Amino acid sequence: MIPDLNPLLLFFASVFTSNILLSNFLGMCSFISISRDFKSSNGLGMAVTLVMTITTVLNWIVEKYIIVPFGLEYLRYIIYIIVIAAIVQILEMIIDRISPNLYISLGIFLPLITVNCAILGVALFMQLRNYSLIQSAFFGFGSGIGWWLAIVLLAAIRLKVDKAPVPAPLKGVGITLITIGIMAMAFIGFAGMINVQ
Amino acid sequence: MNLLLAPLIVSLISSLLASLIVIVDSIVNNYGEVNININNGKKILKVKGGSPLLFTLASQGIFVPSACGGKGSCGACKVKVLTDVGEYLPTELPFMSKDEIKENIRLACQIKVKKDLNIVLPEKLFNVKKYKGKVISLKNITHDIKEVKIQLSDKIYFKAGQYIQVVIPPYGKIKQSTQRAYSIASPPSKNTEIELLVRLVPDGIATTYIHTILNVGDELEIIGPFGDFYLRDTNAEMICVAGGSGVAPIKSILIDMFEKGITDRNVWYFFGAQSEKDLFYLELFRNFEMKWKNFRFIPVLSKPQEPDKWDGEVGLVTEVMARYLETIIDKSLPKEGYLCGSPGMINACESLMRKFGIDKVYYDKFA
Repeated sequence: MIPDLNPLLLFFASVFTSNILLSNFLGMCSFISISRDFKSSNGLGMAVTLVMTITTVLNWIVEKYIIVPFGLEYLRYIIYIIVIAAIVQILEMIIDRISPNLYISLGIFLPLITVNCAILGVALFMQLRNYSLIQSAFFGFGSGIGWWLAIVLLAAIRLKVDKAPVPAPLKGVGITLITIGIMAMAFIGFAGMINVQ
Repeated sequence: MNLLLAPLIVSLISSLLASLIVIVDSIVNNYGEVNININNGKKILKVKGGSPLLFTLASQGIFVPSACGGKGSCGACKVKVLTDVGEYLPTELPFMSKDEIKENIRLACQIKVKKDLNIVLPEKLFNVKKYKGKVISLKNITHDIKEVKIQLSDKIYFKAGQYIQVVIPPYGKIKQSTQRAYSIASPPSKNTEIELLVRLVPDGIATTYIHTILNVGDELEIIGPFGDFYLRDTNAEMICVAGGSGVAPIKSILIDMFEKGITDRNVWYFFGAQSEKDLFYLELFRNFEMKWKNFRFIPVLSKPQEPDKWDGEVGLVTEVMARYLETIIDKSLPKEGYLCGSPGMINACESLMRKFGIDKVYYDKFA
């Protein structure tokens, strides 16, 4: 049954109250490594948002018109990933053409969006929670914006932390993980305001 | 039914997405016709954009030297690019010095041709072409050196002393085509037939192929000519030193000089070998000595098998050369060094020659 949720509310929820990164901890690898550089974080955030929105919608269509009618639920993961991989491939070509510098600074993380858990995660949540097409679109878009917001925030914080007197053993990934933890706690403050399940 | 359906549906989705990628690729990666301006207008190429510069140039018959075939692992295909083509790629940086980055030197195999480009190439690369060849003769001239004659489909124009790269096709356990450089032993006057001297290197991919697999009548591709080892047009006395198959470019230079009648220059030609069985072309050079009064041929054996019968010099070719420079050769005349042989021999000779005040020393080190 389709949950009774205003798509706009769902959008708000997926950006703030149930941020895919800070409440579900999905898509951590590129989150940690790319947030070292603010400009790349911004670029990757944009790319993830785009891929997430498109793939969530496409996967919803594939789910509804191919997977369910033919009883291929057991192949769901594979089919989702194929769709995501193809979209990333296309996006890669477009970014290379439009902004070669962003393409170079994203480097290996652009093709790695394919295996970004957040993207598959959003597609699976969308299916699990029985969202409608409109709801899925807002959910995918919102989760992307949420991921983008989180990585940009972390990159900004890391810019400050770089200048702070961090104890030697915590430098680099250590302090980054602590920062993420505190960020997550701050975001959890919103949790419970809206129930997206 | 279900068993068949699943793979069918998955492949249907995959092929749909694949065709979508192909369509986007043909739209997005279509850079249309792009101009490559080489050496400030000397040559302007109209090409299809989208491929790496190295392959784009090769498709237009300009061969930038590349040992790895465009995989970005050798760093040989350095080209100066005047147009801004974006930041350096992580694959380029390991091969670039700070000065090269300042000069905008890029790896031709890593940068894509996306817009009009201004590039700078050495003039001599325009002359480099790929030739189809056919082996017309294979001769053992010593126990480990083969003389290979190759008939070319097209005329090759080179300077005596330069080298070409032979394309060795995959064979046996060697799964990838490789290229190896060999000096041309024949003079430039023979421009449809070239001669190479190939010494068998134990476990060498190319030399094993040429020595054991290649037959008369086989086809062989060559790319060239390359190299900075050729006769300089001066009047300086020439001190030539060759070891083993290093005779090849010097033979080419000497025959070329003889044909052109440049016999007024003093030439000292030291040829180093281990023992009598490693000597070859003796008659040719002795013959030169008779006809050419300023030419001196000094074969040197390091370990003669029959020391009583050998009436030439004994020792290392470098030592003998040093002795000649010290006691026999007139010190007052300007001199040039021409070296071809193993890297060890070249290094030793060069430092010795510099000690004797010869600062113009020419060689191509590719062994």
